[in-house]
Amino acid sequence: MKKEAGIFILLTVLCVVTALINPKFISPVNLANMANLTGMFGIFSLGLGLIIITGGIDLSAGSLFALTGVLLSLALREWHWPWPVALAGVLTLGMTLGLVHALFITRVGIQPFIVTLCGLLIYRGLARFVAGDNTRGFGNAEGFEPLRDFCQARILGVPMPFLLFVAISAVMWVLLHHSVYGRHLLAVGRNEQAARYSGIRTRLVTGAAYVISGLLAAISAVLFAFYTNSVSPSNHGNFYELYGIAAAVLGGCSLRGGEGSILGIMIGAALLQVLQNLVNLLGIPSSLNFAVMGAVVLAGAVSDQLLRGRRKASGPTA
Amino acid sequence: MSAAALLEMRGIGKRFPGVTALDHVSLSLARGEVVALLGENGAGKSTLMNILGGVLRPDSGEVRIDGTAVRTGSAAEARRHGIGFIHQELNLADNLDVAGNVFLGREPVRGPFRLLDRRRMLADSVRHLHRLGLDVTPDTPLARLPIAHRQLVEIAKALSLDARILIMDEPTSSLTLSETDRLLEVVAGLRADGVSILYISHRLTEVAQCADRAVVLRDGRNAGELGRNELDHDRMVRLMVGRDAAEAYQPGTCVPEPGYFQVRGMRSRRYPDRAVSLDAARGEILGIAGLIGSGRSELAETVFGVDGHSGGEIRVGGERVHVRRCGDAIRHGIYLVPEDRRASGLVTGMNVRENITLASLPTHSRFGLVRRALEAGTAERYLGELSIKAPSIETGTDTLSGGNQQKVVLAKWLSMQPRVLLFDEPTRGIDVGAKAEIHRLMRGLADRGVVVLMISSDMEEIRRVSDRIAVMHEGRIAGVLERADVSETNILRLAVGQPVTEARPPAPTLS
Repeated sequence: MKKEAGIFILLTVLCVVTALINPKFISPVNLANMANLTGMFGIFSLGLGLIIITGGIDLSAGSLFALTGVLLSLALREWHWPWPVALAGVLTLGMTLGLVHALFITRVGIQPFIVTLCGLLIYRGLARFVAGDNTRGFGNAEGFEPLRDFCQARILGVPMPFLLFVAISAVMWVLLHHSVYGRHLLAVGRNEQAARYSGIRTRLVTGAAYVISGLLAAISAVLFAFYTNSVSPSNHGNFYELYGIAAAVLGGCSLRGGEGSILGIMIGAALLQVLQNLVNLLGIPSSLNFAVMGAVVLAGAVSDQLLRGRRKASGPTA
Repeated sequence: MSAAALLEMRGIGKRFPGVTALDHVSLSLARGEVVALLGENGAGKSTLMNILGGVLRPDSGEVRIDGTAVRTGSAAEARRHGIGFIHQELNLADNLDVAGNVFLGREPVRGPFRLLDRRRMLADSVRHLHRLGLDVTPDTPLARLPIAHRQLVEIAKALSLDARILIMDEPTSSLTLSETDRLLEVVAGLRADGVSILYISHRLTEVAQCADRAVVLRDGRNAGELGRNELDHDRMVRLMVGRDAAEAYQPGTCVPEPGYFQVRGMRSRRYPDRAVSLDAARGEILGIAGLIGSGRSELAETVFGVDGHSGGEIRVGGERVHVRRCGDAIRHGIYLVPEDRRASGLVTGMNVRENITLASLPTHSRFGLVRRALEAGTAERYLGELSIKAPSIETGTDTLSGGNQQKVVLAKWLSMQPRVLLFDEPTRGIDVGAKAEIHRLMRGLADRGVVVLMISSDMEEIRRVSDRIAVMHEGRIAGVLERADVSETNILRLAVGQPVTEARPPAPTLS
């Protein structure tokens, strides 16, 4: 809980300071825009968080967004699939790729970093190939209005991606913090061997995290595709996996595994979007965007390490 | 002691949270003397040696070398005073060669760019290896050497640092008998050269062979000393155990039901060509003895399904049990309390409650969601029943003592109605009080009709607790001793692959 409190305070301070310097920060338009982005980035960050809790990593999310975006556009516009079929296909693809990652990691025994690095390269390449290296988009095409409208809908001014994010977070919160699976996931991340010796099917538990993460990434992918409305296969989603990793780490997930909370990931995802936003609003050169993000994540990691050191020194109460 | 003492430790005290590890312990060592440091697990030997070796700082007392008080606050300082520490777990880099290990961290360099002076490293190592009679070239990769040779490399490393005092912690625990003899020769040679040696071992026979004197610790205090000609087995044990601490063998109250638990043709990964069969009765404690590496842990892990399917057959109460993974064994009430508590027994990042229910979480849930109240109830109950000393069920397990950690592992299985409970070194590193408690728990389980198997390298424990003892040698069961035939001699003979003597020996002293 302490960890979430720390990052929540940071988020609040940043919001207040930015709002004081530039009142535009709290304008409805700006807030809605931030919420929209937080939702899209947050959904797949939740999945990345699960993977990081297993002690793994997923570098392929950004490329997956490009591949699914391109395929979704082709399915809807070129192949004229009914939108429910196209949507189901894209979500299935996300889960399938998650499953493939899981099989390489848990059955073949390749490190998650390597498996998903290869995913990053392969999916990007495939996306460019199937798109003929051309930008694909939805334009004003017809036949899938319900899907497009849903992705771009607002309820009482709140964008749909954010609402979805909150709903999915609630489900994930129950899953991680209150279900048998969640407990097993934390145990496997902490000490895979002891978990196995307690009869937990550790490979299934780890594998499921990748499949869930694949599904969440595919949901984000659909939202991103309709947000940009066109998918340029060579740079759509570039570096997005790093936003997810940064959000999870800011939110208290340890790359050593076994540690993390849904609330933390939510705050982490929001914090990253606020940072991007304040770079714009405070007149910081937007070229420094990544540098600001990096500095904040680094500062978070350093302060966490220092706090941890003090906690250890003050006595063996973990 | 005498003014000629090279090393004197006086009134050493050390407390850890909750335990007094050392209470006014004294020890002296003369030049060229071999002193054995004896005591049960938890008696304070390791703490005392860690203080001398600079790993731990004493709370009170002083260490004198050559009559002057010295600080051994760090391993480097201890090394400067000529103290070399050969740990039981060797501290060598097995990706380097022998010379690289001998000079690790202080490699000789030459030239303006301070490049490695390989020639000098090789030449100097040869000298030290020769002194120890180790016949390998210094550029041999360490990974290719057997344990016994690696140990000599570690000794060579200490000697190359001009060590005058060598601490050897259980140096023979993973050596074969002939390797042990070789090591004892080396010890005698070093002694003749004027090196003083503190020798820690549980193997009393070799202590009697090589030591000039023995200092015995018990419960963190000096329990007494024995001179060269007093070093016989009974005297050492009496001092180590003390009058009151000696638990007598207690037979069970339950009439054993032989053959309740049967293992047939079990092959472990380590000894795939040896099929092991074993019978254990309901209501008995079957001890499993043998040297390290004889395949005892592998047998238990194979039965528990750690390595997947083994091709063997397991029956509990006549019913065939198919074990492909740990979960299968657990479903049939076969549980393992593993040897390495922290690596396989506990998830140390989790608290007492989460560890106790880790294996039975599905029964503490509804629709896949954990029922917290039910879970807490189970944890509370076993916290009390096993008198686990923890402030609450929410306490992190990494703050508990070894004995209490072991009880948490036990609580996990006891809450799930065990039928067969396999214990692998259940009391290693656990203090005397908790040890007796765990033995009582095991007997209580047997009396309630549980099959209890206990692997132990602690000769006292295995003789005192077991109803029968199966002795393993190189992956197979060399023999099973009935209670009347249990003696240290018989266990050792079977453990090294010899037949049990026809006539029972008059006294179990080997020295």
